[in-house]
Amino acid sequence: MASTDQPAIVADHLEKTFAVRHRAGRLRRHRIEVRAVDGVSFRVDPGEMVGYLGPNGAGKSTTIKMLTGILTPSGGSLATLGLDPTRHRTELAQRIGVVFGQRTQLWWDLPLADSFELLHHVYRTDRRRHEENLGSFVELLDMSSFMLTPVRQLSLGQRMRGELTAALLHDPALVVLDEPTIGLDIVSKLAVREFLVNLNRERGTTVLLTTHDLDDVEHLCQRMMIIDHGRVIHDGGVAEFKSTYGTHRTVVVDLVDAAPPLDVLGTMVTRVDGPRQRLRFDRSTTTAAQVIAGIVEEAAISDLSIEDLVRQVYDAGG
Amino acid sequence: MFGYLRAYILIGVAAAGGGEVAGWDEGLMVTFAFITQSLLAGTGAFGEQELAERIRSGDVVVDLYRPVDVQLWWLASWSGRSAYTFGSRGIPPMLLGAVVFDLRVPPDAATWIVFALSVVLASGIGFAIRFAANLVAFWLLDSRGVDQLVTLVLTFFGGLLVPIVLFPPWLEAVARLLPFAAMAQVPAEVFLGLHPGRGALTALATQLAWFVALLALGRVMLGAATRKVVIQGG
Ligand SMILES: Nc1ncnc2c1ncn2[C@@H]1O[C@H](COP(=O)(O)OP(=O)(O)OP(=O)(O)O)[C@@H](O)[C@H]1O
Ligand SMILES: [Mg+2]
Repeated sequence: MASTDQPAIVADHLEKTFAVRHRAGRLRRHRIEVRAVDGVSFRVDPGEMVGYLGPNGAGKSTTIKMLTGILTPSGGSLATLGLDPTRHRTELAQRIGVVFGQRTQLWWDLPLADSFELLHHVYRTDRRRHEENLGSFVELLDMSSFMLTPVRQLSLGQRMRGELTAALLHDPALVVLDEPTIGLDIVSKLAVREFLVNLNRERGTTVLLTTHDLDDVEHLCQRMMIIDHGRVIHDGGVAEFKSTYGTHRTVVVDLVDAAPPLDVLGTMVTRVDGPRQRLRFDRSTTTAAQVIAGIVEEAAISDLSIEDLVRQVYDAGG
Repeated sequence: MFGYLRAYILIGVAAAGGGEVAGWDEGLMVTFAFITQSLLAGTGAFGEQELAERIRSGDVVVDLYRPVDVQLWWLASWSGRSAYTFGSRGIPPMLLGAVVFDLRVPPDAATWIVFALSVVLASGIGFAIRFAANLVAFWLLDSRGVDQLVTLVLTFFGGLLVPIVLFPPWLEAVARLLPFAAMAQVPAEVFLGLHPGRGALTALATQLAWFVALLALGRVMLGAATRKVVIQGG
């Protein structure tokens, strides 16, 4: 619903350093600097849906806290909806929606319906608009059966639908979602995705979301950014990403004993760490089942897993 | 009940002084014991850790991304709870006390009104102090010690143990210079009619000044915290 072409987010060499103190011996204390976000630059335009990915500790949540004005950057510059987030935190709050998947902005002891009513007052939204939005969200997210349940009794999936609604009732131009699908089952995940796609299409709401689920990104976003160790290591279209990295998969096998590189048809061993070996194969010519069968024939294994795409990019980037 | 215990101790004090100490007779002492007992819960004399808890867990992010002033937000929630606790935990001690003792109740409406205002301000000061004490959690992750210290100092200098008029004069003077007296001793004195006429206005003005000053302190701390300090957890 942004009427201007003003970018939704502009980050320029954004940095955040945390000073972490920890004990070294009885009295001495070490002070270590953690560069949680280390020179991140990007721009998000109105109406975009962007996936923000990265391994644990990459700096995703820290970036989001800065975007929303909750943390002050240590360096670089940042504009969210044209505003400096730290200086205009409250003003910005009125215009953006935020979900931190691991926290709740609902009131534990109140029924969901009462939480929404309170938010109507907190955000001073227009009564008619509030009713309209609420009605449509309740329908889209299928919430009518638990609107009167106290939040503490909701299942995670139900609560997350409530959180999304809470973040969107005031018609924000930008929503920032930190792991909105964390812990959700397939049904809830699909409901949330469908809802977000719909929101973006119907209202033109700009969406920035972090997730560990590549599926989320594939279904939701046209663009993805990958961050690791505080730096952006990939920023581009999802389709393009998939064609670059998409056809290869890596199988990680833990053998019972260390062995020379395995010779399995259609694969190439990329790394050997003692009993652990990594075999790369091309998904378009060989199936995972064939590879696994081949490995089992070759050696006794104790564990095996297939790494996904994103992991390979982290490895390549790190 | 704790109110009775304190009442009997103060009766003992008055008796030892030949029926009167520092100008306070038995009736004043007893009423003081019960009225301060009534003030305890609503002014947060038992400590308050909710905000500190949210800072510790990182849930405070939710408070920070709402389009409302964080301090006013907590003040509103405090006021609601405080009004409720005055009703549920403030009135019963007075009634219980009145069963056994002859309590000194304000004779005129004006005193009641001043007393009501004084209680509201006392609760406001209670809020402002606890808010600031809770914010310490941004720097020291465990701010429970600070909260307990506030409770301890409040109990002593606020007159919750014994009325501060029983202190040696120099210590009473110190107590009167601190905000804690404004949370318990002063509203109790107003109730007892010890601030007649213009004295009532002075008492209220002092309380108001403390309220405003401590709110300002909390505000400065909040500003510093959000600028420099760190939010816990992903
Ligand atoms: N309050 C803090 N104090 C010290 N270090 C912190 C703090 N918050 C985050 N960090 C560090 O900053 C880095 C980035 O953390 P952040 O929470 O942004 O990661 P993330 O990408 O959201 O990870 P995850 O996928 O696990 O949620 C980590 O190394 C983390 O340890
Ligand atoms: Mg995170």
